[in-house]
Amino acid sequence: MKNWGFKIAEPRTLDLDKADLKLYSKIVEKVPSARRCLMCGMCSATCSAANHTNFNFRLVHHKLRMGMFESLNSELDKCMLCGKCRMLCPRGVNTRAVIYNMRIVLDNMYYKNI
Amino acid sequence: MHYHPFIIPFTAGAIILFAIIIFKFIAWYRKLDKKQRFYLRKNILTVKSIEAIKETFQEALIHRNIYKTNPLLGYMHMSLAFGWFLLIVFGKIEASLHAQTLFEEPWLAIFFRFFVRDEHKFFMSEIFPPLMDFLLLVILSGVFLAWIKRFKSSLLGMKKTTKHSKFDKIALASLWWIFPLRLLAESSTAALTGNGSFLTGTVGNLMAVLNLQNFEIYFWWAYSICLFAFFVSLPFSRYMHIPTEVVLIFLRKWGATAGEEYSGYTDFQLNACSRCGICIDVCQLNFTANIQNVQSVYFIRDTRYKHLKDEIANNCLMCGRCVEACPVGLELTVIRQQLRNKKEIAGKHYYDYAQPEQAEKKYDVVYFAGCMTHLTPSIIISMKKIFEEAGINYWFMDENKGACCGRPMRQQGFIQQSKDLISINQKLINSSGAKTLVTSCPICYKSFKEEYVLDIEIKHHSEFINELIENNKINIHNSQKSIVYHDPCELGRGCGIYEEPRNILSKVGNLKSSGFEKQNSLCCGGSLSNAIIELEDQIKIRNHALENLTTCNPDVLATACPLCKKTFVHGNKAKVMDIAEIVAENISLHNHSSKQKENNRIKTKIKL
Repeated sequence: MKNWGFKIAEPRTLDLDKADLKLYSKIVEKVPSARRCLMCGMCSATCSAANHTNFNFRLVHHKLRMGMFESLNSELDKCMLCGKCRMLCPRGVNTRAVIYNMRIVLDNMYYKNI
Repeated sequence: MHYHPFIIPFTAGAIILFAIIIFKFIAWYRKLDKKQRFYLRKNILTVKSIEAIKETFQEALIHRNIYKTNPLLGYMHMSLAFGWFLLIVFGKIEASLHAQTLFEEPWLAIFFRFFVRDEHKFFMSEIFPPLMDFLLLVILSGVFLAWIKRFKSSLLGMKKTTKHSKFDKIALASLWWIFPLRLLAESSTAALTGNGSFLTGTVGNLMAVLNLQNFEIYFWWAYSICLFAFFVSLPFSRYMHIPTEVVLIFLRKWGATAGEEYSGYTDFQLNACSRCGICIDVCQLNFTANIQNVQSVYFIRDTRYKHLKDEIANNCLMCGRCVEACPVGLELTVIRQQLRNKKEIAGKHYYDYAQPEQAEKKYDVVYFAGCMTHLTPSIIISMKKIFEEAGINYWFMDENKGACCGRPMRQQGFIQQSKDLISINQKLINSSGAKTLVTSCPICYKSFKEEYVLDIEIKHHSEFINELIENNKINIHNSQKSIVYHDPCELGRGCGIYEEPRNILSKVGNLKSSGFEKQNSLCCGGSLSNAIIELEDQIKIRNHALENLTTCNPDVLATACPLCKKTFVHGNKAKVMDIAEIVAENISLHNHSSKQKENNRIKTKIKL
């Protein structure tokens, strides 16, 4: 068979029935406006941290929704909580609170209050 | 010896009270950190102690600060505190004169009329009965006002009062009944023996008509038991503020300040809160967003009884309105910050990606716009114009790749991350060799002032522009527009910058008053410190603030904070401009290069 230089990709469907949405439901409970997100990416466009690195809040939020939070911890550490994303969000999502709460929930060991 | 079994509840209560208070004070003293103890030792034998006594008299007894809120409310507190204090002092003098020793039984002063039933026959004895009656009358008027306040607080100038816990209610009830019972007890004795004066004598005659004087001993018992109930509940209720406030005033005068961490000083502050509820009425979350359980009084209560929830500690705009209103002068925002702080993780470093670069050359002035200013580019353009017109050799530090100042992190309690950001910015600023750091954002400004270790002058752009104008570095003309100035929380209450912005604005326009000026200014609602409230509540706060700021229909609503500007702009109520923009608009160009640039700018605008 002739080699065309590419092949048919494996399907990349995510099975949401199997996804772990515990974290997402926890976050939504604390920040109900997170449901309103329509993934427009305004937050990532204005991000201060994105000037320096490939931090992308839209991606972080997307991964959270899909239950893929293995790598989120180190990713979230890049955020400076400056709050610009919140000012621009056209859907009024409290993006800053989403990150704040994700940090607390993911890193509960350290960030428990006194 | 003067003795009757009914003194037992009083004496037992007093012993328990003093034991608990002393125990608590020692425990808190041991929790003070080294710096606080150092100041305490250093200043204890100086004139500061005398100042503290004066302040104790003014605040703990006269309650001067509450008079500022409402005169009637002030009188209520003064009559109870100062009246009771004098009643104790004169009671003690009377008893000592009678017993002719300074060390008579401690309960004699309290139950004097019962034990000394004859006509007073000692030095100056005829003065005391009317004096004590007068003081009792003053206190009773205070109690009467307190009753009224419970039923209709608005008569005493408070829209909302504190919702009390059970222990507080027990203490409150016993306090309410102490003085009416004293009146009844003394009057019944007066009816039997005739040792009363204008108040107790008259009430005694009335009681004699109703044949109540035979219940004398029960009244005295009830009085003593009421005192017992009050004394025992005091250390666990809001009335712990009575002894603690005095100690706090002394500690404050001696130079103790609340540090970054929870310490014994915080304990003193927590317990000095009287839960008067004055902070409720000034809280914007209360009167606009109708959030009722997060105000400083509840936050302090929950912290003191150790059931503080994260949602309550974090649900605060940190605008500082309650700090200005607090009659005890508690550092409420600082305490809240202490409770928000999270533990540090040893050895962990953040923001490796934002390695500090070096400034390319040496400059006179560093300009740090701040993250939020990048959302309002008009401020940046205006600042550039002003810098160029004044001919300043400046460096725009975060033009392309800025790191955050670290304050938003700190406000959420991530101290370690904040410190990492601070060290990045610090290295950058120091490398520029500049003498002045100018920032457009009050949040950054406060951070630079309080948390950074910098060897240069830090200025907010309103201060900087004001100086340029005073030194005739730039010339401005008056546009005759009417302007209302909104004090940003962090700049006004946070850093005490009130005059400079007003000074500038009165030169470029017609400055009008909004009624919410300086310490009483409102928060725009966009505060970064609150990670709990959602957009809906923010909008309520913003609209309320906008409405009140634009009552006189100004041409321009001026502010000095990009965050306030951005928040208000969405309200579509008035034209919102930053001070820098207004100045840049009314600048008279002299500098040749800046003139040319301005012309080019206009040309490109026309082309577009």
